[in-house]
Amino acid sequence: MTASVDVSTERIFEVLMNVKDPEIDSVSIIDLGMVGEVTTEGNNVKITLLPTFLGCPALEFIKTNTVNAVKKLPEVETIEVEFVFHPPWTSDRITEQGHVNLKKFGIAPPPRYFEEDGSWHVDCAYCGSGYVSMENIFGPTACRSILYCKSCKNVFEAMKPVSTLM
Amino acid sequence: MSITDNGMSAEYKEAITSLLFQLADDDFLYAFRGSEWLGLAPHIEEDVASSSISQDSMGHAAMYYKLLEELGAGKADDLAHLRPADERKNSILTERVNGEGYYMETPNYDWAYQVVRSYFYIQAKKVKMDSLCESSYKPIAEVAIKVKMELYYHKLHWETWFKQLMNSTDVAKKKMNDAITLVLNDFGDVFSFGNQKQKIESSNLIDSEEEMKKQWQAIINPVFETLQMEVPLIPNHPVMNGRNGEHTKDLDEALGTLSEVYKLDPAAVW
Repeated sequence: MTASVDVSTERIFEVLMNVKDPEIDSVSIIDLGMVGEVTTEGNNVKITLLPTFLGCPALEFIKTNTVNAVKKLPEVETIEVEFVFHPPWTSDRITEQGHVNLKKFGIAPPPRYFEEDGSWHVDCAYCGSGYVSMENIFGPTACRSILYCKSCKNVFEAMKPVSTLM
Repeated sequence: MSITDNGMSAEYKEAITSLLFQLADDDFLYAFRGSEWLGLAPHIEEDVASSSISQDSMGHAAMYYKLLEELGAGKADDLAHLRPADERKNSILTERVNGEGYYMETPNYDWAYQVVRSYFYIQAKKVKMDSLCESSYKPIAEVAIKVKMELYYHKLHWETWFKQLMNSTDVAKKKMNDAITLVLNDFGDVFSFGNQKQKIESSNLIDSEEEMKKQWQAIINPVFETLQMEVPLIPNHPVMNGRNGEHTKDLDEALGTLSEVYKLDPAAVW
């Protein structure tokens, strides 16, 4: 079969908006800032993805889901998805929409900055209170921490901030 | 000078390959020993933290094996699981058991040992990553930048444990000091490149052994000063050198357990 129309990168980005994090289904890989480059040549597509945490077991699922989602476009003939380390994924790549969508799942988005002593603060993902305590920097997945809100008395999670300054 | 397919000299490629095997095997074994604490760590938060650190570290090993695969050394999973003990290049420290017993039956594991081993090892890893960020081999430099971001949290974690236990009861201090002695006995090959020293150091891949030892002493110095303790000295000549394939029987057992499932069906997709 020969596809008649060339693939547009806009179309690819539309599709990628629907490729979700397998563990947090309210956020897409675009929201998370995991998409590096999308290049098209005729009916061939190449996408580079930036891994969040290196040992994340969801990475292979994300790769497969990306391939499958893009393949569904009738004008796509070949699709190649590769993980690259440059530029490195950092938590400030998460978009504004990503911040909104993480909260929907009960996860506080990563803070934008660190305190001088290297500590960081987030507000409760449920009630927005700043009256929270860190329970465990390490959480159920490599990218999350566990906190407790003393206002609404809920345990909640936060995306760990990571930056190249660390 | 012979040039390989990758457009690099054979000698340069050999240096990268040697270094990558050392880094990969270190994290592979370190992650495995950490994972043996699952369900046995002192409390539930530590169980979560230890597992997360082990998972990250296994991820780091996987990246190095993947770089080796790209250099034509073989399939990453095979490199991790199928190489016999005498071909392994990890430091002795990373292969040591967590204590007496077996984790499925009567694990008499030593938490002080795990804290000291992890703290000293992570600091050494930090020194190596800092240096690798400037490596002449770009793929290693890019991985090192990623590893460093995750390492930040590992370091914070083990440093907290280390300081707290060193400032705790007399029993805790005694256990920690015994652990420091054990860990230092094995620390001689951590910064060693073994018989690949000359090749690795002349390739601008990473700092020299001596330079990195100095940096390690410098970063742990303030912690030991606060504790009013003498800064530990890294032994100059390791009794055994893992970088040259010399290992204890602990490694045989570790590999047996680690690779048991993989060897059942190497073609399976997990």
